[in-house]
Amino acid sequence: MRFIFKTRYDQDIALIRHGGQRFWYSLLLIALLVAPVLVSEYMLSQFVFICIYGIVGLGLMLLIGFTGQVSLGHAAFMGVGAYTHVLLIAAGWPFLLSICAAALLTAAVGVVVGLPALRVRGIYLAIATMAFGFIVEEVTARWESVTGGNSGLQVHPPAIAGFKFESTAALYYLCLVFAVLATLFVLNLLRAPTGRAFVAIRDSEISAQSMGINLARYKTTAFALSALLTGVAGALYAHQIRFITPEQFTILQSIELLLMVVIGGLGSIHGAFFGAAFVISLPQVIGWLKDFLPDAVANATGLKPVIFGAVMIAVVLAEPYGMYGRWLKIRTYFQLFPFYRRGLFKRQKSFQKSDRLR
Amino acid sequence: MSILLSASGLTLSFGGLRALNGLTFDVQEGEIFTLIGPNGAGKTTVFNLVSRIYQPQAGTLTFAGNDLLAVAPHEVAALGIARTFQNIELFEQATVLANLLIGRHTHRSTALWQELLFTPAVWRAERAFRDHVEQVIDSLDLQHYRDTLVAALPYGVRKVVELARAIATGPRLLLLDEPSSGLNVEETDDMAFWIGDIRADLGITVLMVEHDMTLVSRVSDRVLAMNQGTLIALGTPAEVQAHPAVVEAYLGASAGAA
Repeated sequence: MRFIFKTRYDQDIALIRHGGQRFWYSLLLIALLVAPVLVSEYMLSQFVFICIYGIVGLGLMLLIGFTGQVSLGHAAFMGVGAYTHVLLIAAGWPFLLSICAAALLTAAVGVVVGLPALRVRGIYLAIATMAFGFIVEEVTARWESVTGGNSGLQVHPPAIAGFKFESTAALYYLCLVFAVLATLFVLNLLRAPTGRAFVAIRDSEISAQSMGINLARYKTTAFALSALLTGVAGALYAHQIRFITPEQFTILQSIELLLMVVIGGLGSIHGAFFGAAFVISLPQVIGWLKDFLPDAVANATGLKPVIFGAVMIAVVLAEPYGMYGRWLKIRTYFQLFPFYRRGLFKRQKSFQKSDRLR
Repeated sequence: MSILLSASGLTLSFGGLRALNGLTFDVQEGEIFTLIGPNGAGKTTVFNLVSRIYQPQAGTLTFAGNDLLAVAPHEVAALGIARTFQNIELFEQATVLANLLIGRHTHRSTALWQELLFTPAVWRAERAFRDHVEQVIDSLDLQHYRDTLVAALPYGVRKVVELARAIATGPRLLLLDEPSSGLNVEETDDMAFWIGDIRADLGITVLMVEHDMTLVSRVSDRVLAMNQGTLIALGTPAEVQAHPAVVEAYLGASAGAA
């Protein structure tokens, strides 16, 4: 058990709160940096996916976990980012310029998609964003002269100042840099007034407004930033899979992304990456499980969605705060050992909120 | 003394229900002004008009020389009006400290890009916010709850946190919607003490809706009694309590005769 003696406000503002955190996060960073030497080529490419999905997770977490606005259109944002980037690269733009342009365009699209959020919420907002997902899917499939339609587009490895990121290790480092930067940006935002405004909107719009928060402006900002991160991830994703088609950015993919943040743990940065690791490793686990299952089950189509669904139900029932919530409990158990008690994380039932003004 | 908030001829109907019918009153700078009246009299409606959640069909509303009806709901806080809610509207999944820091939102001076990079300017602003919030925490004895999630707090403490959050905005006018509802006798006593303090130490004008007449008489300078959207009496607590129209509104017409 660690007791922190606070003597300065900076201790509460700083990202790293104590020596233990500094030690563990340094260790994690070192492990990530030497990973290409330690793990197999295949494993490393899975790490690349975790970085990319982690960035999407951050974007989605910002929107759903912190601002409380649901979206079923995030695969479409990935698609917008990926197609814009690939087309600009093909037009001869340099990598960094192209990825920035793709990010900004996706953010602009995010602002437009976020407009319904100023009027509707919950399930209606989900439907509005889902409609956007279908639009992107149809446009990319039918605008053949630009997107190549269902036959897709070839993607070349990224190149910065003449250096080509051809090997998996090079691409891994590139994606890692983007993932770390994205994490830092989001963490910074969350400890600043904008992040607090997002949380305020999530928990009570009416009182956020009475505290002087411009709901329209901050909801739009949340959508723009979320889309921006997702667009960047989409561009990196295009490089990783080297071939993009409209089928990679469908509504099913959007749902998978949503499940990712819920299973990871809504309202936590860790959750974005836990969820990404879960989504990426699930197919491997299923592949491994297949050896032990009877053939009829192992070869059944839709095994993955069924397992996904089952895990989802289990998470919602047993651990609403997802993998991060479970991790917190395990950590607290060891910190307090042997004094941990089961009810420690039980929350008091929320008091009735006023519905009069909604 | 100058007039801080001035309402004149406020009228608002919801369909066939007339919630306010030409209500006119002035709140002086530095006073504690209480609205009383039976349920449905339109007290909270007045608050919601001042916070710009509702738009009146007729009447004017001015605050410190500004036309309140011309500003958007989120701009009211920046003018210097803060409020609490009848059924506590805190940010449940945030700590007490975070709730109070949100109260400083109108004093935000940094741009989005600065916050993304957390530049020295953001550091300075955060320290200044924290410094101000700590003063509020000290004055309302919330030190013990600083890092607790609001969702884990008992009702009485939430009520104080909501008051603290409103004070943290640095208002000139504080709207308190039933500050003592749901509190026990001891907590109500503390609340009365704090309301007095807020005016005496911070110089904040208080406009309050309250049912507990003991609290009302203890802290209010002037009381406005209303019924069915109209003013029925205005004066000191003792004058209003003795006013025949007020007795009638609460107890019925035959009460005086019996």
